[in-house]
Amino acid sequence: MPQIFRPSANTLSKLGLASILLLVGGLIGLAMLLGRSSYVTRANENVEQPVQFSHLHHVLDDGIDCRYCHTSVETSSFAGIPPTKTCMNCHSQIWQTAPILEPVRASFREDRPLRWTRVHDLPDFVYFNHSIHIKKGMGCESCHGRVDQMPLMRQVESLQMEWCLNCHRHPEDYVRPRSEVFRMGYRPTVPQSVLGPQLVLEYNIKSLTSCSTCHR
Amino acid sequence: MTLPPDIQALRTKLEGTRGRDYWRSLEAVSDTPEFKEFLHREFPQNASEWLDPVGRRGFLKLMSASLALAGVSACTRQPDEAIVPYVRQPEEIVPGKPLFFATAMPFAGSGVGLLVESHEGRPTKIEGNPDHPSSQGATDLFAQAAILGLYDPDRSQTITHLGEIRSFDAFASAMRDVLKAQEATQGAGLRILTETVASPTLASQLDDLLTRFPRAKWVQWEPFGRHNTREGSRLAFGEYVDAQYSIEKADVILSLDADFMCVGNGGLKHARAFASRRRVNGDRAQRNRLYAVECTPTNSGTKADHRLPLRATDVEAFARALAAQLGVTGAGAISPPEAAQKWMAPLVKDLQSARGRSLVIAGESQSPAVHALAHAMNAALGNVGTTVVYTETAEVRPMDQRAGLAELVGEMNAGTVGLMIILGANPVYAAPVDVKFLDALKKVGLSVHVGLHHDETGAWCQWHIPETHFLEAWSDVRSDDGTVTIVQPLIAPLYGGHSVHEVVSAMTDAGPRSGYDIVRSFWAAREAQTPPSTPKQPTPATIPNEDAPPTGRGAALSPFDHEWRRWLHAGVVPNTSFAPKPVALKEALPPATPTPTLASGMVDVVFRPDPSIYDGRFANNAWLQELPKSITKLTWDNAALIAPATAERLGLGTIRSRDDYPKRATIVELKRGDATVRIPVWIIPGQAPDTITLHVGYGRTRAGRTGSDIGFNVNALRTSAAVDVLSGVAVSRTSDQYEIACTQDHWSYEGRNIIRARTAEEFEKDPNFASKMEHQPLSSGLTLYPNRKWEGYQWGMTIDQNVCTGCNSCVVACQAENNIPVVGKSQVMNGREMHWLRVDRYYSGPLDNPDTYHQPMPCQQCETAPCEVVCPVEATVHSDDGLNDMVYNRCVGTRYCSNNCPYKVRRFNFLLYGDFETASLKLMRNPDVTVRSRGVMEKCTYCVQRIRQAEISAKGEDRPIRDGDIVTACQAACPTDAIVFGNINDPESRVAKAKKSPLNYGLLAELNTRPRTSYMAIVWNPNTELDPKATTEKEG
Repeated sequence: MPQIFRPSANTLSKLGLASILLLVGGLIGLAMLLGRSSYVTRANENVEQPVQFSHLHHVLDDGIDCRYCHTSVETSSFAGIPPTKTCMNCHSQIWQTAPILEPVRASFREDRPLRWTRVHDLPDFVYFNHSIHIKKGMGCESCHGRVDQMPLMRQVESLQMEWCLNCHRHPEDYVRPRSEVFRMGYRPTVPQSVLGPQLVLEYNIKSLTSCSTCHR
Repeated sequence: MTLPPDIQALRTKLEGTRGRDYWRSLEAVSDTPEFKEFLHREFPQNASEWLDPVGRRGFLKLMSASLALAGVSACTRQPDEAIVPYVRQPEEIVPGKPLFFATAMPFAGSGVGLLVESHEGRPTKIEGNPDHPSSQGATDLFAQAAILGLYDPDRSQTITHLGEIRSFDAFASAMRDVLKAQEATQGAGLRILTETVASPTLASQLDDLLTRFPRAKWVQWEPFGRHNTREGSRLAFGEYVDAQYSIEKADVILSLDADFMCVGNGGLKHARAFASRRRVNGDRAQRNRLYAVECTPTNSGTKADHRLPLRATDVEAFARALAAQLGVTGAGAISPPEAAQKWMAPLVKDLQSARGRSLVIAGESQSPAVHALAHAMNAALGNVGTTVVYTETAEVRPMDQRAGLAELVGEMNAGTVGLMIILGANPVYAAPVDVKFLDALKKVGLSVHVGLHHDETGAWCQWHIPETHFLEAWSDVRSDDGTVTIVQPLIAPLYGGHSVHEVVSAMTDAGPRSGYDIVRSFWAAREAQTPPSTPKQPTPATIPNEDAPPTGRGAALSPFDHEWRRWLHAGVVPNTSFAPKPVALKEALPPATPTPTLASGMVDVVFRPDPSIYDGRFANNAWLQELPKSITKLTWDNAALIAPATAERLGLGTIRSRDDYPKRATIVELKRGDATVRIPVWIIPGQAPDTITLHVGYGRTRAGRTGSDIGFNVNALRTSAAVDVLSGVAVSRTSDQYEIACTQDHWSYEGRNIIRARTAEEFEKDPNFASKMEHQPLSSGLTLYPNRKWEGYQWGMTIDQNVCTGCNSCVVACQAENNIPVVGKSQVMNGREMHWLRVDRYYSGPLDNPDTYHQPMPCQQCETAPCEVVCPVEATVHSDDGLNDMVYNRCVGTRYCSNNCPYKVRRFNFLLYGDFETASLKLMRNPDVTVRSRGVMEKCTYCVQRIRQAEISAKGEDRPIRDGDIVTACQAACPTDAIVFGNINDPESRVAKAKKSPLNYGLLAELNTRPRTSYMAIVWNPNTELDPKATTEKEG
């Protein structure tokens, strides 16, 4: 009776087994990649807004401080989205007929709030507090990127937990002097490896990685 | 099939076990196989097992499918979320930071001062106002639950006339027409019915109305009003006065059927004052002693060093005998009831040795004569001016409510009432059955009902106006000591309601005025009249009329504006508390009424407001419905509470079905004349013999989706002659049974030394008794857990059982703070209630009158937490500051943690209990706490959201967290300050000091769980002459 399997069947079966392993590993790898991809994190996506507000123009061209609009960033968990009144402070004087600003004027006229779409949207079980990060010398730029170079606002980081923990575990790599928190394009004058640990001591920064630091 | 209980056997078994054994229920004592079976399941029968016939193959299929799909959920993209900023942001609002406003909750003829937390205009949590004399920072459970009452989706939402929707203007013009017709007869046909009014503004509005219509009448009727108190004061002094107790000054207190620490007027204040003399802090003479004579166990009675169960109708004889021995003339020569014989001499001696430092308090449900006797005894003991002073009453217009209601119904029946206005009351449900209010109401020309719900009364009135909740409208209220608080709204009316002030104004004034105008102009006028020292105030006409107080800076403020704002900010109007009023005791006391004797088979029935839903007004509040009542631990139902001895005599017993343990109770029929009530019977140790307690408030038909048609309406027996006690009721057993949801045996410890108590003498002999009561003393600090260094802030808690009255405020506060869902009666029966904090009630001692203990049980936050090591996904882990964190988003719902928790404080969302749909409830949630979904374990976190907030605030100000910066929700609500929370690493903190007390012990510490929550053992302060209250030492 002839052999059912030829000698090459050994190779084939080994190849087959290996490819199954590879396939499974590849699938897992793919899933992990997908989970971190900007498709899921929505990083670098431009979000449609009622008004095409340009941070580039207002921050870079006009030199307006972050806190002029995001008033509660130093005091509250929420940085604050400016009320229409803040827009109208200037735009009742300049560009008061620009068609692009009509939704703002309409909002002010009709006492109807603008509905912005949230760009940096953390899951509902995460409790992030802006004020304490500002207090501890965390620059806006570290999380929000070069806002001064964004004609339209977008999220640049993944906002995933491993990204948060990266800084919570190594705050010395990211901390900056409090005077530089609101500066875009900040570069430390002394190397961060020297400045960081100093500031961590000075600002009494603790590496907080307990779950209830953020999850309640 | 039923098990006849052998009460005698239980009694024998419990003989001489006081202080040794602590038990929660008769079933636990009888220790039947059914009970064991029930206990040995983590969750009761059918709750924890998979009964579907799924074989190995099916199981594998399901598992592989769920594993394969498990990761998919992580691939979903978050939906877009909108941010909607203000158009013009109010100056004081910082998004993300809550604001607190001072206001007050009007309740049953008085008010409690509150601070309400508001997140971007949504009231989310209620705390007590520390500056308010009757709150002193604490709240009761009703105030805590008021948040849910505000957002109740079943509140009535439209003005209706004969079922058709109308506008408020239409109502106002209809009223003006009717009143014009009434003017011809000077309002002879106009009748107004309210509950007890504590609002000076409303009283003045109604007075104005009565001036315009001199023949109109205003009647007040409160289902559990202070009828006896009022009448008692008239008997004793010939006028209506209120007794104001200074319990903190009393060494010896006698309660005559009074739940003075929990129910109604001044309860919070009394509890705090009582607790101030109850803590064990070295000086034994500083501790007070409480004697309680009562017919049914009350929270106050459970704190008594000596407690005597006595028939309600015997309390008067007891009071007379005692008064005679204390030298009150005219008390009559009556011998005390037999059960009280041996109490007399020691009690008299104790009271007399504390002349001027003693206090006798009569209970609301006792007859006017008992109240008069209590006043006389306090006078005889020299207490007037020290522990008790008299003032005018908190009720703005005290009147004889029973006579008023009877007269009103007579006129309604005679057909002379042309216009009946019911403001906030629900007499169709709550009025005594014999007055037949509904029949009378049908004979009224035009009826108007103003109420929160379209309830039983609203359904039979032609006009129904949705009333505003107290958090939605301007008003004012007097608290029990006279202090006035302006009730300010936190939110615009959710359902377009109108306050009673606005309704009355719409009927009387030229045009409808806003509630703000009405209240403010009343006080402006009052202010302009009274103080001669301050400059003349502007007249109301010059005060800007607007809905909100002026906020713009630079607007010139009148002196009254300044005052007004100060009042609103502080939550009290200064100098409004009553000054003591000299009263003269009348010589003649009412003659003794003979105590009705009971024929065999007959019992007394005592009516009490339900401990959770009061007189039924909170029936639609699911938090209160699901709250285990402090003595009975029943939820969602009422029952006929009966003493073990009476149950034995009547052959009723604890009927338990073998196959459906322990959910069933026998229904009994209570019959008096033609009236019958069928209700399940529930045996309560410590209940007076031959006395059945019925809680009023259940069996409502139009309460709402939550409160309608649950429980048993007992009003059928409640007549105007017997609103408190009905004697001579026949009881018969029926063959029917009823499923009841009682939590007393949920989460049992099976007799371990959870409660530790001794008398003061024993404590002096052996101050360290508490630590000697471990089952197995710990030999060393060895543990298999990694030895962590607990540095920096380490949070801990102590709970002082000496002062805990079991009032349940903390449980509701926890529910409100932590977005805890309710699960419903059937789920409670499966042991699935979600309360993070429960209050366990234990008994010790003889079956007929045991000592009662209350033990609040939050998560113990073990340092070596058994739950953590068994979690396969690290969803529960320790934080650096010693908290046992629960991470909802990691939890996959294995429930291993709950299984391994020795304290049984973990709660699992078996179903989707959280309400994610109802729009109004979304506004109610605490935004700082995750709303949990199905399949997630949850538990007490020591209010970690408050800890983190305090940390951030402290860091923001570059300072350490001070002791007292963090107040957990349960601690804030506690009237007796039993709960102390803080940093145990700071030797100066209150909690660290408390933990040094010899009374401090950890529950099940022998398991080496190292709980961060610890308890203060109880030290009773009994009168050794009366009863040694000797606890029996644990052998070995």
